[in-house]
Amino acid sequence: MRRYGILSAGFLALALATGCAREKPRYNGIDVTGAAIGPDFRLLDPEGKWRSLSEFRGQYVMLFFGFTQCPDVCPTSLARAAVVRNKLDAEGIRVQVVFVTVDPERDTPQLLREYTKAFDPSFLGLRGDPTLTRETAAAFRIAYEKVPTGKSYTMNHTALTYIFDKQGRPRLAMGHNQTPEQYADDIRTLDRSGS
Amino acid sequence: MKRIIPAVLPFLFFVAPAFAQVTVTEAWIRATVPHQKDTGAFMTITSKENARLVAASSPVAGTVEIHEMRMENNVMKMRAIPGLDLPAGKSVELGPGGYHVMLLDIKRQLKEGDRVPLTLVVQGGRKKRDSIAVEAVVRPINAPAGGMHGGGMR
Repeated sequence: MRRYGILSAGFLALALATGCAREKPRYNGIDVTGAAIGPDFRLLDPEGKWRSLSEFRGQYVMLFFGFTQCPDVCPTSLARAAVVRNKLDAEGIRVQVVFVTVDPERDTPQLLREYTKAFDPSFLGLRGDPTLTRETAAAFRIAYEKVPTGKSYTMNHTALTYIFDKQGRPRLAMGHNQTPEQYADDIRTLDRSGS
Repeated sequence: MKRIIPAVLPFLFFVAPAFAQVTVTEAWIRATVPHQKDTGAFMTITSKENARLVAASSPVAGTVEIHEMRMENNVMKMRAIPGLDLPAGKSVELGPGGYHVMLLDIKRQLKEGDRVPLTLVVQGGRKKRDSIAVEAVVRPINAPAGGMHGGGMR
């Protein structure tokens, strides 16, 4: 019995090893390769310059939509992005973090610059007018809406972070509950596969 | 009536402070950048009796609200709620990823290390309301989720 046990365990390990080698890489995030996300944006940076995703060929891009008056999800996401970016930078993997506001009315260029800089000076904050914001969010399958709260308002919005590969293709959608290590691991996996 | 009072008084004295025993620990506020108008305050509240957090205020904010945050199909949804139940003896955590006290229309930039007064209004049995003074410390804008409990950020 014991010998059979060892034998079958051996077969199982072999089957798994060969199986894994042929299978697609496993990710912590949702694989969105080939999905109609984007494919690009044209938005203004705080200096008033038009920017697009295609500028970042040769590096990974982490793209997140949010707003600066956000108490919870947005700062947590940007703090995590800074950890991921710095971890990977130390390993020679370059990542550009892009934050697009879904609240251009309140997120002035000045506020956007101050906000992204507070997390990491390399982060890029982008905005458009309400129409461009709406079109961009739709192209990237990001939902958002204003929610009145007494005298002010807050925003509901999709809290996924997209990862684009070095060729600017959408590859992964990462959830908010995932750790910096899970994010970094997925980018490493992409990097090993040569994309 | 007058004769009853001396007998009841020690008893009242015992009961009244019991409700006031709402403890607030780990109160913190996320720092802001210049021109930022809103931010969140987080804390753990424990009430000895069943009670409800019904309002909050702070001299640094024009309006303070109690908010609920939840994730629905990867969409972050936030809304103001009329109150938050504080079941007897249970620690209710207001932390990133759940409830928070929302400071709106803040008057000045809140910098790391600042101490900000907050007043919580808690309603106990028989609709009795108590104000609890809290001092919240301002943590960096990139403070990890969940404060002290926020595993996984590093």
